[in-house]
Amino acid sequence: MDFLRPGSWEEALAAKAEHPTAVPIAGGTDVMVEINFDHRRPEYLLDLNRIGELNDWEVGEDSVRLGASVPYTSIMENLRAELPGLALASHTVASPQIRNRGGVGGNLGTASPAGDAHPALLAAGAEVEVESVRGSRRIPIDDFYTGVKRNALAADELIRAVHIKKAEGPQQFSKVGTRNAMVIAVCAFGLALHPSSRTVRTGIGSAAPTPVRAKAAEEFLNAALEEGGFWDNGKIITPSVAKQFADLCAAACNPIDDVRGTASYRRHAVGIMARRTLTWTWESYRGTAATEGAA
Amino acid sequence: MRVNFTVNGRPQEADDVWEGESLLYVLRERLGLPGAKNACEQGECGSCTVRLDGVPVCSCLVAAGQVEGREVVTVEGLAEYARQRTCGSGKCDTSAKGATSLDDAQRWSAHGTDSQTGEGTELSPVQQAFIDAGAVQCGFCTPGLLVAADEMLERNPTPTDADIREALSGNLCRCTGYETIMNAVRLAAARQSEAV
Ligand SMILES: Cc1cc2nc3c(=O)[nH]c(=O)nc-3n(C[C@H](O)[C@H](O)[C@H](O)COP(=O)(O)OP(=O)(O)OC[C@H]3O[C@@H](n4cnc5c(N)ncnc54)[C@H](O)[C@@H]3O)c2cc1C
Ligand code: FES
Ligand code: FES
Repeated sequence: MDFLRPGSWEEALAAKAEHPTAVPIAGGTDVMVEINFDHRRPEYLLDLNRIGELNDWEVGEDSVRLGASVPYTSIMENLRAELPGLALASHTVASPQIRNRGGVGGNLGTASPAGDAHPALLAAGAEVEVESVRGSRRIPIDDFYTGVKRNALAADELIRAVHIKKAEGPQQFSKVGTRNAMVIAVCAFGLALHPSSRTVRTGIGSAAPTPVRAKAAEEFLNAALEEGGFWDNGKIITPSVAKQFADLCAAACNPIDDVRGTASYRRHAVGIMARRTLTWTWESYRGTAATEGAA
Repeated sequence: MRVNFTVNGRPQEADDVWEGESLLYVLRERLGLPGAKNACEQGECGSCTVRLDGVPVCSCLVAAGQVEGREVVTVEGLAEYARQRTCGSGKCDTSAKGATSLDDAQRWSAHGTDSQTGEGTELSPVQQAFIDAGAVQCGFCTPGLLVAADEMLERNPTPTDADIREALSGNLCRCTGYETIMNAVRLAAARQSEAV
């Protein structure tokens, strides 16, 4: 095994081009488990810790450019206002020690259906900025997950950053597990309200081969909210609408039975989380809408 | 490969390190620092917790090559680290005249005693509190808990119970049932605030 230690982003891209089988290592919280247990013996490890800019984030007008290696702890501490869904999701990852090392770049690299960043990214709307010596491109998050633990990266590409839409409305993240810390999701659900476009977006984790959006549920809800004038009148969402939304979210799942839970439990739980996160975010939206109306 | 880094304030050089080796392995098997424990090797138990450039991490999940040129504090150096911190913030009750600057504290190194074992130094407040509160049974989880608890008290001198639980949520103990550990951290926090 060789340990490659590029000192700059350009060097990292060059190393990855020269050794496309090199396994990048950022926080190491996925990679090292595999190496410790001999599940993986890469020819090359490509250390990204020396590349300072991967730990930086920039808050722009409409989006946040989040460096691939920004640890979950920093997201929780610094980006709660801009990225509330991702900050909530980050807080549910593992433990403080893991959150101090692991980040969204590694979560996307692993592309596990159970990765907690994914539902939040899908719901908020995001693009993954990837680069190789051939150039840079942005992959819409909806196109990023291509299969179980597979993503759209080419062999010579590295993730530079994730561009995530800044929240312009309430966001929620919900996760089912056996305890509060150190839990891989049985299933998870992210939801974001986008008042300016009058849309709701969702993200489902651990209930299909890849993280997915519940698109039919979103379309149904967007139409129902529009039709009832809900965005303007700020009324409570009709229980029948919430139920239909929840059912459609459950139907968007394609889960399996495994040690963490059964397929039918996952489908059920996703429906419950969909209804709850919709209620929480909508109540919060109504609250702010009412304040603005009164002001 | 060779890895050069600082452990408990002293420069260390580890040779013949395998590229896939963890920091935990280097500490225990190459540098003779067995304080950080190896229980799960997968980040679940926290018994291998050390500070890497000040940040608590599971040393079993840090690749040895990633620590080149960086600073690690293990439980063996915790007492000295805590003492330097207290001195740095001007709360040192030793005879030393003039407060140590924060800079000095950050560049501290263990003197006089053997930083290999941590023996011969007075315990840090959090270590003493663990003993006084009976928070140590088999002791396997203790080093990781001490490093995590000490770092929390550094950041948050007056933690709530929820803060303590959160800060220690990455550390498993199979013996105590955690109540005595909670007591120990509360005790250390109380003593720390009395000392101010
Ligand atoms: C005990 C434990 C509990 C965990 N709990 C959770 C949990 O609750 N929720 C959760 O989502 N995850 C969990 N994880 C998994 C892990 O912490 C996350 O997936 C984390 O986001 C990985 O980030 P990292 O920087 O440590 O990745 P690494 O391990 O460094 O890398 C992960 C993958 O991404 C690739 N990669 C990393 N950076 C880049 C880049 N810039 N460009 C291209 N590829 C890259 C690597 O090659 C590798 O394939 C847990 C892990 C452990 C050990
Ligand atoms: S040995 Fe590292 S967390 Fe268990
Ligand atoms: S005292 Fe035995 S594991 Fe904690």
